[in-house]
This record gives sequence, C-alpha cells and structure tokens, in this order.
Amino acid sequence: MSSSLEVWIAAALSLMVLSFLWRDNPAYKFAEHLFVGVSAGYWMVMGFWSTLWPNAVVKLVPSAARLTEPAGPVPAREPLVLVPLVLGILMLLRLWPRLSWLARWPTAFAVGTTLGYNLVRYVRSDFLAQIHATVAPGLLVTSGGAVNWVATCNQWLIVAGTASGVVYFTYTRGGAGLRGGVARGGLVVLMVAFGASFAYAVMARVAVLVGRLQFLLGDWLGLV
Amino acid sequence: MKRLVPRVITSFVGILLILTAFGARPGPDGGGVWPVRAFDYVDRNFSVWFNILAVFAFILGGASLLKSHVAKVAHRRPDWPYSAVTLVSFVGVLAIGMLKLGGPPGLQGEVTDPGAWFQIVFDAIYDPLLATLYALLAFFITSAAYRAFRLRSPQAAILLASAFIVLLGRTPLGTWLSDPVPPSLGFLRLDALSVWIMSVPNLAGQRAVLIGIAVGVTALTLRILAGRGEVDGGGA
Repeated sequence: MSSSLEVWIAAALSLMVLSFLWRDNPAYKFAEHLFVGVSAGYWMVMGFWSTLWPNAVVKLVPSAARLTEPAGPVPAREPLVLVPLVLGILMLLRLWPRLSWLARWPTAFAVGTTLGYNLVRYVRSDFLAQIHATVAPGLLVTSGGAVNWVATCNQWLIVAGTASGVVYFTYTRGGAGLRGGVARGGLVVLMVAFGASFAYAVMARVAVLVGRLQFLLGDWLGLV
Repeated sequence: MKRLVPRVITSFVGILLILTAFGARPGPDGGGVWPVRAFDYVDRNFSVWFNILAVFAFILGGASLLKSHVAKVAHRRPDWPYSAVTLVSFVGVLAIGMLKLGGPPGLQGEVTDPGAWFQIVFDAIYDPLLATLYALLAFFITSAAYRAFRLRSPQAAILLASAFIVLLGRTPLGTWLSDPVPPSLGFLRLDALSVWIMSVPNLAGQRAVLIGIAVGVTALTLRILAGRGEVDGGGA
C-alpha cells in the first residue's frame, strides 16, 4: 500500500467519482465541484503564464521578463499588443449588463480570426486533399504486373462510398429515384463509419478505466 | 453601432487573413515592400492575439464562476456547501499558480516544475479526477449503445454491427471467436473484417464527413464575411 499522501488523495478522489455508478451521492458531488473549481483555476493559471505573460505583459513591459528569467534576454517593446489587451478587457465587460454589448467586439475579432485561418485550411486539407486522395487509379496492379482485384474493388468502394456520403450530406432528405438511392447508400456508409468511431471511443474510455483500476490496485493498494 | 461594428470587425479580420494566405512572404532578412511585411505581421500575430483573447475568456469564465457560486453561498441556496468547495478550490489553485508557490524563488521557473505546488495539485487532484470522469463515460457509452440498439432501426443495427466487429476485432476475444473460421475463409475472421471496415467503408465515410464539413465551413464563412451571419457575443 502506498505511503504517499498524493497517491492517497488521488485514490480517494477516484473512488468518489466512481461512486456515481452506485448513484448520485455527496462524495461524487464533492469531487465534481472540486473538479470544476480546480480546472477553472488550472486553465486560468496556465493561460496566464503560457500565453498572457510572454505574449502580452512582457511585450508591453519588456523589463517584466526579468521577474521570470533574471538572466534571460529582454525583448523589444511591441505597442500593438495593446489591441488584443483592449479587446480582452472589452470581453470582461460582459459581466456588466449595461456595457455587455461591447463584448461583441472581441467575439467578432475571434470569429473573424477563426474564419480567416480556417477557410483556407479546410479547403486545402479537408476538401482538396480528401478529393485528391480519393481519386486514384481505377485498376491497381501488383509489383508483378497482375491486376490486384481485391485492392481495385476496395478502391472503387472507397470512391463510391465517399461520393454517396457527400450526396447524402447534400440531399439529406433523400427522395426517390437514383439520387435517393445513392443518398441511402451514403447513409449506410456513414453508419458504418460512425460505428467504427463509436468502437474507438469505447476502447479509448475502457483503456482509461483500466488505467484508473491499475492505479487503484497497483499504485495505491500494491496488489498488482 | 451594436450590430454594425462587430460585423465590420469580423469581415475585415477574416478577409485580411484569407488574403495573407495568397500573399508573398518576406525574404530571409525580413525585408520586402510594406504590404508584404504587413500581411506577414498579421499572419504571424493574429493567432497570438486570438490566444490572448482566449485567456481573457478563461478569466471571464472564472469571474462568472465566482459570481454565481458566491451568490449561492451568500444566500444559502440548496447545496451551497458544494459551491463553497468550488470557490475554495478555485481561489486556492489560482493563488498557488499565480504566485508560483513551492517552486524556484519568486516568479522564476515554470508552474509545472517538479515540486511546484501547482504541479502537485495537477498530479493529486486534477489529473485523477479528469481521468476517472473520462473513464466513467465507458459505462454511459455502453448504456447509450444499448439504447441505440433498442431503437431497432436498420441504421442503428448497421452502426452497432460495425462497432461490435471493430471492437471484437481489436481484442483477444475476437481472435478467439474467429479460431473456428477455416483459413480459406480468412477474410471472415473478426480481426480481418475489422481491418477492412477501418480501411474501406470507414475511410470513405470519414472522407465524406470531412468534405461535408469543408463545404459547410466554406459556405458559413462566406455568409458571415458577407455580413449576413450573426456574430453574437452576448449583451443587449
């Protein structure tokens, strides 16, 4: 059995969370509320020291770099960093109902940045690259020159599956005729893909559960 | 003013960033005509500015958390002791992290350095809670699968069949169940079927999803940049 206080606290909290499998109870609620408080504080601190301090505070007041790195170089001042700082302060005005409309400005900047960066990226990597990867030679041959029928059929299935999936997304309501038939085929392909994704999600969570049980039985109790 | 300015900001920033993708890059010495240098500055710095705003969003979230839980404790609303737990843990972690307690002297070093109290909080509290909450989903996702199967629709059956084959094909149980399959019918083994599902129909489905997302993102982006979409940051 472990003699570390850290391990005992971690084990107790893990058991509190797992107790939810029995039913909602005070121990679980305690762990849940503790998690909310700790995670909010954790991400604020990480955000401050990893982003706000080096990219805003130090760039605006270079001598502040001496506080965290006394022997490190002092960067040049960048007054333009005031722009995101002012926008950030406007975001905090969300807490005051009379001025909360000003919080739309930083949100608008964030939306614009996301759209601007992602449009080109999505078109390149999720649209053009996927089409490029799907459109391949129609007849695949082995190194000996013979036709590899299995690989060829699979290749055509991928082309047909991708196209029918896109047709399903484009014409969600389906309908009759060829278009409806293709869309229904696309739905089958998508269901198979979602099933595979579901299986991976289950495996990932079971792997984490096994990790927690190993921690409880091994690190804490020393049984395994 | 309340609606026009956000739309102008969104369109201006979005179009500017799209243009930077097509712009020339400055030379190795950082030189070039001013539009080239300006586009390069925008391209390199707007993502940093976005991250700075994200930190302010965390601060806003923290302030909102404080506001709601302080009110709950002050008015002794039901379950207020749990709110006190949230408040104490939030303020405690914030103090430990901002003052960099337990690490090198002063504000030197990183909050994640070994021995820093912040790192101890991460190892003893945050990480085990996060991992166990995530693990708890294993049970709920199984019950969700059961409910989906109960729907008895053809789509649900296909989804579940695919999930079961992939799950069993990746575990020793699937190998054991496939042992009676003769070698001539090896493609019917669960592990072989699992590999086929992942590399053919799953690949096709994922590609269709990605292409669909890209088309949707492009249409939505153009709509918002044209000033026809809502950019809502809250507030009246």
